[in-house]
Amino acid sequence: MTDTTLSAHHFEAHHDDAHHHDAEHKPAFFQRWFMSTNHKDIGTLYLIFAITAGVIGGAVSGLMRMELMNPGIQYLPEWASWLWGGQATIDQARDLWNVLITAHGLIMVFFMVMPAMIGGFGNWFVPIMIGAPDMAFPRMNNISFWLLVPSFCLLLASPFFGGVGTGWTLYAPLSTYGQPGPAVDMAILSLHLAGASSILGAINFITTIFNMRAPGMTLHKMPLFVWSILVTAFLLLLALPVLAAAITMLLTDRNFGTTFFDPAGGGDPILFQHLFWFFGHPEVYIMILPGFGMISHIIATFSRKPVFGYLGMAYAMVAIGVVGFVVWAHHMFTTGLPVTVKMYFTLATMVIAVPTGIKIFSWIATMWGGSISFKTPMMWAIGFIFMFTVGGVTGVVLANGGIDDYMQDTYYVVAHFHYVLSLGAVFSLFAGFYYWFPKMTGRMYNELLGQVHFAVFFIGVNVLFFPMHFLGLEGMPRRIPDYTPAYEHWNHIASIGYMIMAASMVVFFVNLFWSMFAGPKAGDNPWGDGATTLEWTLSSPPPYHQFETLPVID
Amino acid sequence: MRMIRLKTIAIAAGLALAGAAPAIAQQAAAPAPASVANPATPAPADTKPTNPLLSQDGAPPMAVTPGAGQPVDGKIGLQPQFSPTGVRAEKMHDHLLVPIITVISVLVLLLLLWCMVRYRRAANPVPSRTSHNTVLEIFWTLAPVVILVIIAIPSIGLLQAQFRPAPDNAVTLKATGNQWFWTYEYPDLGDIQITSNILKEKDEVQPGQQYRTDADGPKLLAVDNRVVLPVGVPIRLITTATDVIHSWAVPAFWIKLDAVPGRLNEKTFQIDKPGLYFGQCSELCGANHGFMPIAVEAVPPAEFAAWVRAKGGKMPGDASAPSTAAPAQPGADVSDATSTPAPNLPPAENGTATPPTTAQPATSNAPGASQSDI
Repeated sequence: MTDTTLSAHHFEAHHDDAHHHDAEHKPAFFQRWFMSTNHKDIGTLYLIFAITAGVIGGAVSGLMRMELMNPGIQYLPEWASWLWGGQATIDQARDLWNVLITAHGLIMVFFMVMPAMIGGFGNWFVPIMIGAPDMAFPRMNNISFWLLVPSFCLLLASPFFGGVGTGWTLYAPLSTYGQPGPAVDMAILSLHLAGASSILGAINFITTIFNMRAPGMTLHKMPLFVWSILVTAFLLLLALPVLAAAITMLLTDRNFGTTFFDPAGGGDPILFQHLFWFFGHPEVYIMILPGFGMISHIIATFSRKPVFGYLGMAYAMVAIGVVGFVVWAHHMFTTGLPVTVKMYFTLATMVIAVPTGIKIFSWIATMWGGSISFKTPMMWAIGFIFMFTVGGVTGVVLANGGIDDYMQDTYYVVAHFHYVLSLGAVFSLFAGFYYWFPKMTGRMYNELLGQVHFAVFFIGVNVLFFPMHFLGLEGMPRRIPDYTPAYEHWNHIASIGYMIMAASMVVFFVNLFWSMFAGPKAGDNPWGDGATTLEWTLSSPPPYHQFETLPVID
Repeated sequence: MRMIRLKTIAIAAGLALAGAAPAIAQQAAAPAPASVANPATPAPADTKPTNPLLSQDGAPPMAVTPGAGQPVDGKIGLQPQFSPTGVRAEKMHDHLLVPIITVISVLVLLLLLWCMVRYRRAANPVPSRTSHNTVLEIFWTLAPVVILVIIAIPSIGLLQAQFRPAPDNAVTLKATGNQWFWTYEYPDLGDIQITSNILKEKDEVQPGQQYRTDADGPKLLAVDNRVVLPVGVPIRLITTATDVIHSWAVPAFWIKLDAVPGRLNEKTFQIDKPGLYFGQCSELCGANHGFMPIAVEAVPPAEFAAWVRAKGGKMPGDASAPSTAAPAQPGADVSDATSTPAPNLPPAENGTATPPTTAQPATSNAPGASQSDI
């Protein structure tokens, strides 16, 4: 292996003609946005969808932090009365809490992070980065997106039909005979649609990446973001059918008298947990791997250095994906697993720290010796590395089955997975958004507002989530709407952190809308010679159809 | 049998409401408890209980120990541990895991800051083109492996310790999760049942109903009937549930075991010190998931034995007696109960105490005035 990094000048001679012909022939509005087969348009739709869902999911968490800011139940009865009419009982108020936590989890996982990472950035940049004109199955791409819309509508409607109060994990029997009414069935159908959407998308990405790479683009020359999407697509393809099976069993248990998860009929509630987490653990890597890919490009671009240890980085992601399938029961350490099983899952889970460590150190080594400029995307990327490390090391603590007996279902777990998701995945999403914003829109974002957004968001989420470690160490269980007064101090601080974070999001949206319509024009490559992947060889925004003549990679 | 029990319960409840009768009746049954009753307990129908039986039914004689068995506001760190495996896990967490993860996080932070300062564009305008260093890459693959082995060895040992099977002298506690309260049984100690509900605040109850006082424990953690367990004796915890999944968790014992309908989960632990220990249901179980706390009253073995007998159970070694021979009134227990003077209480601060195998001949151990809950 020699230097595998792509250099822009390799391609310049080959794609110039992409700007001519009918590259800019766009269909009319309805046809373009509602019957789209263009990967960039579909990517844009996904991003708009994800931002919308993120605002809703973030607002729900705001309601939760409002309620938790002080001990006692302050707002839930009022909200429950508004939602369900009449004077809400205390049980309804408390049930609304469970509806909120479930909605927050499902929205953020299925309708914010996944659509943004895979549907949004994956659609936008995978074809471009491999030198392809579009995705392999453009119409399938379209239905992948449009399945999400009714799916999200079903989920958003479910609170008006009683609400899903099961947590995003949908554990039986709480989700079977514990929750009568149509709401859980709506959520199940919603997840079926979202799952089908993701499976179709995964098939599309795998086919595209395997068959539509430009001449000379071998797998080992492929940009790391494409690698990350490839691994993610395989995880989706293998994990989501298991979820579909599990929630189908849930559906028949609820409606057709089966007893897969009902001990009264020979079933077992723990079976559902095994099925769910066989999907659920790969799912957490599905949410972070594309972020890994984006961060690699951003670190390399702003360090003006090729990614350190390219092959190690690519195969670390493959390793994370593979090992991610054999660690699921570390989510179930307190369910009564035998000691040998707990030992196995403890050790297997720890193994994941090795490829993750390779990635962290390779990113730092990429910066080492570089010539670093601290543009907004780079700030998010550096923030990502540190915050993901913090989330990762608490993951090592939780991996210990014996230690987890204390931590399981406490705020320590909440802190851990928000560090890897809300400060990991979301940081990488913002990094990618600022990084590719000029490419996608043709306009620069405002650097000052971007930096302010980063700084305030960074402070906000740390104030929000770091105290949750302390709450967990003090034993506070998750998913409770009220707490004993001894948990007040850190909860209060966490809620203040939420407000700081929310304020930063105002800055983000001001920047987003101002830049989109009035930002200065961005050149083809605003980031300089550190940005070496193919998208920077195209105009900003790229032509409606790029690479009508395929680029050739040396 | 069932009828008799119900009748007994009803009578017992009546007596409890009537006032001091049971308390007086049981006065001789047990020695003075280790801790005195909190006099500031204004619960209705309340007598100043001075024996373990009443510690379950009225005001608790065992005072809350500040900073132990419950969370402390603003604190950073684990709750103090009161079980041998808990102490071991706490040590592993505090002295192995926290230092390691802190060092790793600080190392990454320092490396990042160093890069940001040393290799900023102004300081280093020409980047290097280095993209490989095999030695370095092997190093940062193997170094985490070594760290993980250092963590894994005690971690596996801890798991082994936590799963050590219960010895023969273990006291079995069966905790059953219900929406939304816990019921407790002692399957080996006769016919004892405890239903443990959250104690509501004064402004949440009807006049005359029991409400929480500070002597009961912190808000949202206090229960009406605590589960009583002996210190220094291995406890075999069995959990199950009647409706959805719950989880029986007491942080101070490093115990969390899901209560799954259709399954019996088992775990062994031991409590080192008498005291009050609080926990909460730790698996989402519906609307009132946050409102079904767990309160454990750990007492010396002799006191536990006395409590068991007073509740109508029997300790191992007690002469067998037909539990169906319930007397018409629980007051009739007294004559029997007086024959069970607990031996002088050992301090039982640690796990050295012998199991409660008092050989006091009890001719009858009818259900006592134990069921005045709900």
